[in-house]
Formats: sequence, structure tokens, C-alpha cells
Amino acid sequence: MQDVDAIVQEALALFAGIADADELERAKARYLGKSGVLAGLNKGLGRLPPAERPAMGSRFNAAKDRIETALAEQRERIQARRLEARLAEEALDVTLPGRGLGVGGLHPVTRTMQRIETLFRSLGFEVAHGPEIETDYYNFTALNQPENHPARSMHDTFYLAGGKHLLRTHTSPIQIHYMETHRPPVKLIAPGRVYRVDSDATHSPMFHQVEGLWIDERVTFANLKGVLIDFLRHFFEREDLEVRFRPSFFPFTEPSAEIDMSFGDAWLEIGGAGMVHPNVLRNVNVDSERYQGFAFGLGPDRLTMLRYGVNDLRLFFENDLRFLKQFN
Amino acid sequence: MKFSENWLRTFVDPPLTTRELAHALAMGGLDVEHVEPVAPPFDRVVVGEVLAVDRHPGADRLSVCTVNVGVAPLSIVCGAPNVRAGSRVPTALAGAKLPGIEIRVTSVRGVESHGMLCSARELGLSEDAAGLLELPNDAPIGADVRQVLDLDDHLITIKPTPNRGDCLGLAGIAREVSAITGSSFSPIEVGIVSASLDDTLRIELAAPRACPRYCGRLVRGVNAGAAAPRWMVERLTRSGIRSVSAIVDITNYVMLELGQPLHAFDAARIDGGICVRFAHEGEKLVLLNGENLELAADFLVIADERKALALAGIMGGAESAVTRSTVDIFLESAFFDPEAIAGKSRLLGFGSDASYRFERGVDYAATRDALDRATRLVIEVCGGRAGPVSEACAALPQRKPVTLRIARAERILGIPLKAEAVAEIFRRLSFAQTPLGSDLAVTPPSFRFDITIEEDLIEEVARIHGYENIPAVLPQMRAAMLPAPEQRRDASTVRQLLVARDYQEVVTFGFVERQWEEDFCGNTQPLALANPIASHMSVMRSSLIGSLVNCVAFNASRRQPRVRAFEIGRCFVGSGDDTDAQPMRVGGIAYGLAASEQWGVPKRNADFFDAKSDVEALLAPQAVHFEAAVHPAFHPGRSARVMRAGRNIGWIGELHPRWQAKYDLPLAPIVFELDFRHVTEGELPSYRDISRFPAVRRDLSAEFDEEVGHDRVLAAMQQAAPAIVSEIGLFDVFRGSGVGKGKKSLAFRVLLQDTEKTLTEAEVDSAVAGLRDVLQQQFRAKLR
Repeated sequence: MQDVDAIVQEALALFAGIADADELERAKARYLGKSGVLAGLNKGLGRLPPAERPAMGSRFNAAKDRIETALAEQRERIQARRLEARLAEEALDVTLPGRGLGVGGLHPVTRTMQRIETLFRSLGFEVAHGPEIETDYYNFTALNQPENHPARSMHDTFYLAGGKHLLRTHTSPIQIHYMETHRPPVKLIAPGRVYRVDSDATHSPMFHQVEGLWIDERVTFANLKGVLIDFLRHFFEREDLEVRFRPSFFPFTEPSAEIDMSFGDAWLEIGGAGMVHPNVLRNVNVDSERYQGFAFGLGPDRLTMLRYGVNDLRLFFENDLRFLKQFN
Repeated sequence: MKFSENWLRTFVDPPLTTRELAHALAMGGLDVEHVEPVAPPFDRVVVGEVLAVDRHPGADRLSVCTVNVGVAPLSIVCGAPNVRAGSRVPTALAGAKLPGIEIRVTSVRGVESHGMLCSARELGLSEDAAGLLELPNDAPIGADVRQVLDLDDHLITIKPTPNRGDCLGLAGIAREVSAITGSSFSPIEVGIVSASLDDTLRIELAAPRACPRYCGRLVRGVNAGAAAPRWMVERLTRSGIRSVSAIVDITNYVMLELGQPLHAFDAARIDGGICVRFAHEGEKLVLLNGENLELAADFLVIADERKALALAGIMGGAESAVTRSTVDIFLESAFFDPEAIAGKSRLLGFGSDASYRFERGVDYAATRDALDRATRLVIEVCGGRAGPVSEACAALPQRKPVTLRIARAERILGIPLKAEAVAEIFRRLSFAQTPLGSDLAVTPPSFRFDITIEEDLIEEVARIHGYENIPAVLPQMRAAMLPAPEQRRDASTVRQLLVARDYQEVVTFGFVERQWEEDFCGNTQPLALANPIASHMSVMRSSLIGSLVNCVAFNASRRQPRVRAFEIGRCFVGSGDDTDAQPMRVGGIAYGLAASEQWGVPKRNADFFDAKSDVEALLAPQAVHFEAAVHPAFHPGRSARVMRAGRNIGWIGELHPRWQAKYDLPLAPIVFELDFRHVTEGELPSYRDISRFPAVRRDLSAEFDEEVGHDRVLAAMQQAAPAIVSEIGLFDVFRGSGVGKGKKSLAFRVLLQDTEKTLTEAEVDSAVAGLRDVLQQQFRAKLR
């Protein structure tokens, strides 16, 4: 049985040199098959004297184990190598662009409107909407602007043929619609499109406004300043933003203020505001001795221009995709 | 209103810089639009007297001037055509810095020049470069031109709000500055001009409500051709008013100074007395600006016994205008009720400095002062002798006391107020006041037309106290949550959905071209604007389709081969008055490649079904179906109504080839438009059992006539299917080889499942056989 070790060495060397799975199985048969080398040895065992048999038997088993282990290891090695080859073959150029539909985008003014809504909703303001074709009553009269009031010339109004209706010149009529159906306390924000007869680099015949209204028992002018400054600082994400309230005149608020924001070393007008005029509250049957509050109107187009550095208002309504996609 | 800062400072001179003064005006509520220096910075420019002008030896067009600037005469080379001995001109000395140049002693073609004689343009005063700026003959030689011409001055443009007519004159602005800053105000001492004639005109107030006070006087023997004084012309010019003639300049000057518009008539053109009355319907009047009017009966006129002379408070008539040959004038100073003038300039299409003031309110207590002021200036400038003032007066406006509760002011403004501080504010504003316990009864002065209720007074308190001095305070509030209805999606969710499907949001105008309405909506009677800004924005849109097609056309013409856009906007379908007739819609358009050009994806243009899947995604999980129907905008065979619960909630279609050609689109876009309200409606999800038993799939494929719509087949199968059929879905449509001409093959997947048990083969077979029968019997389909 001197040659058992030699057989093991020979099998191990043979297996190690095999790279093909089928060839390995053929080599296995040569050693471990029914008529293989080990089977031959096994037959020889029976012919040994009984005293030698146990020792030889265990040598034989050890040799068989070693061959089987070597075989399994080689099988695994071949499989691993095969997998590696497959993976290498399957590798992609992961730098190729992704496929499929792209993503569109929101209009820049919508981005602003959504920010405004989000910020005011966090203070509990509801969002309301109103019609764009209005009556004289909602656009002017109910807002304390009687016919022939010089303030009407501040708004160059589009009228519909027939003269009964007009395109709202501001979002303030939504205050009236809302308060006709909701009793105070009222906290609302009303974004929308408005129209004025005006067209140049800083004016568009249609533009956006956001109306705000807060009516309760103790809402003060100091609160108006507090809320709007808070809003602007959050909107522009600048704690040091300077905001100025300048006396002004709107028929539907009193006291009234123009809101300016610092920009470089200049002040830019970004909206109007004031304490709701008692006549307006009276027009919607709200007791102006008990309830008071503020209203404001902001220009989201202007805010968008300032936020993103857009220099021509008309770009917002031209809808050139090369412009719009800059905000996606 | 534009005015000179130095002129204002003759009335009130607060210790503030120009910038601080402008800030004070702005914070007082007089919107400051513009502040600009009268002249750019320059120095060492003095008054020089040209002593002699000699020809330059080396250049025909140049002269060598000897100029006296107070010390030794200078030799200066000059090319101006108007240079002449004896004139006084601005002389820039060596070392002077002018806008853009520095003056040095130089040699001009061999002759030494010790300075420069200047035109207005070289000093940055105007564009006039035709010749030297000639200075007055009495300008002191050697004096600084900046002082002589009062150039260290600023032009301030303010835009007082419509309630502040009292700030449309220098004195009024000064009074306001005094109230804001506390500096003292020195009004003009007008003084009465006594009569040296007895002549008067009779004055009749036939419309006493519209004109409750009218003052006038004759001035005879004036020299209407006299020149207005330089200082007056300069102040007018700095206020943007061109000098016309001495008398007109004087009326304009007093208007700027006191805020009271005046008018001067040629007295020779007045027949008899003056009557202030409403026009006769259709009465004719030619105005100074050449307008030939036929008046309506609500226009107030100044008339004589025969005819209308002027449009009261708006503009004088051409016929009675003062000319250079006028000898006798009649000066008018009147108070017209703001309501009689308001709105008239809008009707006329033009206004005037006078109407601008009268419609806002002119001080009815200062009518006569202004007349005296103008008379004095006329006599000073044009000579003549004045008659006595004729005045007709009816019921003037009354200023009633208004009660201010200080506690109320505190509650509105949110700041504590001391009674003395409030009293001081009204004192500064010249408002009369009487204490009423802890409150105040405040009576506004005659020049304030905007103080009628308590809030008006609260605003005055806030304004003079200073908006800047009111703190910004975040309010305390009830912590109540907002409703969050889950069955309604908000607009931003809908937008996000479209954005995720590669649509770009656009915003287009609500008014469109009339032709779009006709082409895309078949609407020949659109809701039209009475005063459109342009013909392509003349009617209100009843649909977003035109705007979206236009957006594609605009971008396609800018070499954008693929456009996917959407808009959420209102459309206008009724006569205008009701909100339901102004529905919010969401519209989308897909043009060009279905997916942008890229590797590994075959190039294919977006078609009806691509857009349809976008619509389905937008409405999911709501059940909607599409019904073939004809729409004016769309290809008749590629257009559908979108139906939900039996209601038409929108449309989808491929643009009609006729419009594709007309609007210059190389490809046909697919457009959809849906009622936004329906898009936002949703349902609360509700749970159903998930079957633990395996599902069985069977496929059914059959050949149908082309006309048979898929949704009919599906509906018929769904109706006939037993409960164990959990889903039927189309997975293939095939035409061509093996399928008859005019036929199509539809392949359906049928899933069967029971929640209680595993299905038997027999149950499955029987259900599928039932579906086969439906196809064969209802559609004569040939099963494959």
C-alpha cells in the first residue's frame, strides 16, 4: 500500500490542473468511479491479512477523503472562475445616460406661489380663490372705492363689452367673496391672476397677486408688520432682510402702507397692505367695533424676479422653454 | 409732481440732507419717485465777460476771446458760433473738472487757451450744444456759475396718493414736511392787492353744489407780451412746466406754489358776466389743446351770457385764451367740488394739471389768497390796474369734528399712546382739537378732504408717529388646525403629477386672439373686451387649447423639436357674472418625440395613446372612459370626450390637420383639457380581502371588425363575467398577416380567482367559455 500516497498526490496534481468542469468530472471517475483507482485498491484490501486490514483501511479512507475534498475545492474554484468571467462579460458602461421620460417643471411664479402658500399655511392661513371676471361691486364698490374715486385711476381696468363686467384689477375682491360666506375669525391667502391695461418691461397686462387677510378681535398694525416681515425673511431665507412700511393710500385699508424691501442700496416696492377699512367690514356685515385686522397684496412676479434674478417681467408670460427649464 | 428742493426750502428748511429729506417725505407718505441733481458735479466755472473776439490766425472757425473773470483777462480759444463781445458766459478755468473732461492750459493750433467757454451741454445742464450758454447781463463777473444759476439743487418727484390733493403745491408739501419733521413752516405772505379800478364782472353760480366759490377780477392794461422773470421761468422749468407767456406762467406758478389752479381769460372775449353752470347737452367748446368738444350735460362750464368759455376745473377755451395782444384780462380762482370734476378726464381721455388737483380737492379757504397772489405778480410783471375781487359763494364743504378714541387707536395700531403725544401730532398737522374726556374731537383743516372717520385720524397718528416707530409684533393666535380633506387633491399635487410625466408648466394670458376661439372652439361670439390692449388679446378664452397650441408654435419656431406643456388656468364660458362660468381647467399638449431623443429608445412621436395615459394617470384611480366624439380643434377620427360618472369632464385629441397647417406646426400635437375640479376629486381608499388562493390566467384572442371599440368588448365581457373573474385586460392589438382586411385581433388576459377556495379546472373552463360566447354572439368575433 506504499502507493496510496502517491495516488493521492497524483490525483491532487491532476485536479489542480483542470479548468473545465466536465474534464474534472471525468478525472473524478478515474479515481472515485466504480472501476476507478480507489475501487481497485479497495478490492486489494480484502486480500490483506486480517491484522493489517484496519490500519490499511484507515489509510485508504484518509486518502479517499483527501481526494474528495480536493475535488470539491476544485469544483468550487472552477465555478467561481466561471462566474467571474460571466460578470466581467456582463459589465455595463454605467456612465451611459439613463433612459425613459424626463421630468418637466413648474413655472417659476408657481414656485413662488407655492412657497407663499406653504409659509402662510404654517401660520394657519387658508387658501381661497375667486373669479377673474368680476363686477364693479366686488372689484371696487365693496372695497370702498365708489365710482369716480380718483383711486380708480390707479388701476387701468379692462372692461368686457357690454360694460357690466370687468377683469379684476387685484385679488382683493376675494376678501369680499370669502367674508360673505365665512364669519370671523378669518385668515386667508388668495393667489391669482389679475389684469390691468399696462404693458412694458415692468408691467404685463396680466400678472399675479397674492391677497392676504386676517380678521380677528385683536389683530393690529404691529401684527401686520410682524407677519409680513416674518414672511419676507422666510421667503428669501435671509434673517437680515430689511423691510420698510411706508404710509400710503388704498381705499380698502386704513392705515395703509406700501411695503418696500431693501435690495442693494435701494428700496423695492413689493406690495401694499393696511388695516381693513371699517366700510369694507360693514359691506360684509362684520361688526367693525368688535373685529379688526389686516389685509395685504403681494406681487409674486416681483418676488420671483428678486429671488431668481430675472430682469424682465415679460419672460414669465412668453413661455420660452429655454427660460422656463432654468427653474426645473 | 416735480419740484426744486431749494424752492421747498424757502418754505421749510429742516436740518436734513437731500437724502434724509427724501426719506422723511417717503416715510410721511409722499411717495418719492425720483431725486436727481439739477447739475452734475463740476467746479471752477465762473461768470466770464467776453471783452473781445478776434479771429484765430490758424483756423477760420475758431476765435480767440479775451475774457474778464474778475482778475487779469484770460485768452481763450473758442469755436462757438454765438460768441460775441459783451456777453457773459460760463468760463471754465484751468484746473476745472467738468463732466468727462478736465480743463488745462493748452495750445489750440498755436494759440494758448487758458480755459474754456461752455455750452449748457458741456456743463451737463441740457443737450443744447448749439452755442455758449448765455448768462444774464447782470451776472456778477467772476462769480461761481453754480451759485449764479442755483445749480446746487435737486429735483424731487413725488407722487402723492389720491387722498392728498393738499400736497400738490409747494406750500402744502412744506406744511407736510413741517408736520413730519417739526421744522417751522413759513407761508407766503400774500397780502391784499387793493383795487385801482372799479370795473367788475357779475358772477352767477348756477350750479352751486359743483362750484360753491368763485372769485375773479379784471386787470386792465396789461402788457401780455412781457417776459416772465427768470427766477419764475427757472422754477417752472425745474417743475417740468415750459414757459409760455408771462400771464400763463404766473397762473402756473401760483398753482405750483399754492396748489390752486387759476385761469386767465382775455376779458375782451367775455360777453357780459360770468356764469358757472352745467353745459347744455351737445354744447360746443374748443379747448386750448385744440380738442373740439360736444359736451354732455354733466360737464361744468364757465360761460358768459352767450357761450361756454372754459371747461370748469379742467381747461380753458381757445377763443377766450390770453394772447400776446391781450390788453385786459379776467383772472379766475375758484373752488370746484371734487365730485364735479372726478371721472371727467377719464371720459375725455385727457386731463390737466388743474383737473388733477380739483378732483383730489383744493383748499376752499385759500381761493382768494391765490387770486391776490396772482394779481400781484401780474401787476409786477405785466403792469396794468386791477379791479376789485368779485366773489360768489354758496355752501362750502363743512369740516365736522371727528372723535378719536385713544384706546381705539392703541387697539388698531398695537402700540401704547400718550394723550399729549397724540395732541401734539394734531397740533403739528394744524387740526383743531378739543378734549372729550380721555378722547379727542378733531376737526380737520379746509385743505384736508380725506378725514371723515376715526380711522382717518388713526392713520394720521400712525403716520406722524412714524410707521418705523411701530414695532413688528408676531401675533398670539388660537392654535386651531386647518382642514385637510383627503378626498380632494390640491393643485400642487396635480402639478407634480404632470411634472413627473415630463410636462413643463406655462402661464398664458386669459385674453386671446379672436381667431383662436373660432378655430379651436367653434366660438364665433366670444366674450370680448371693450378696451383690449391689442387685437391679439381681445377676447376671453373659453378653452386653453389655443394658448397651448400657440405655446408650441412659439417654441417650435425657436427650434424646440419637442414640447410638452401644461397650464392650470381659468376659462370663460358664460356671460361673465357667475363663477361656474369661469371654470379652472388643466390642459396639456404633447408635441414631437414621445421620449426625448436618446440611445436605446426607438424614435417615435407622441401619439393619442401617450397623452391618453397621461390623462388616465392624472385622473387615477377614478374610473373614466373615453368616447369618440368630434371637436372643432381636433382630427375627427382622433378625438374623444373624457367621461366620468356620465359627465363630460374634458377632451383629448390630435390637432386637426387644418390647424396644424394654419399654425405652422411641422407635427400634429396631442392636446387634452380637463375640468380642474374633477381632476382634484379623489376617493378614500378602502380595504378588500386579498385572496389566499392561487389565481389562474387564461388568454382570449379573437378577430373583430375594425369598427368595434375596445371598451364595448371589455364592458360586455365584464358584464357577463362571473364573480370569480377578477380582472380582464387587453394585452395586444394586432393587424396584418393572418388577420382579415378590415379586421383586428384583440388579445385579452383573464385572471380568475376565488377568495374562498382553489378554483377547479371545470369552474375556470366554464367561466372562460361564457366569455367566448359573449365575443362570438355579441360581436361576431372569430376566436383564434
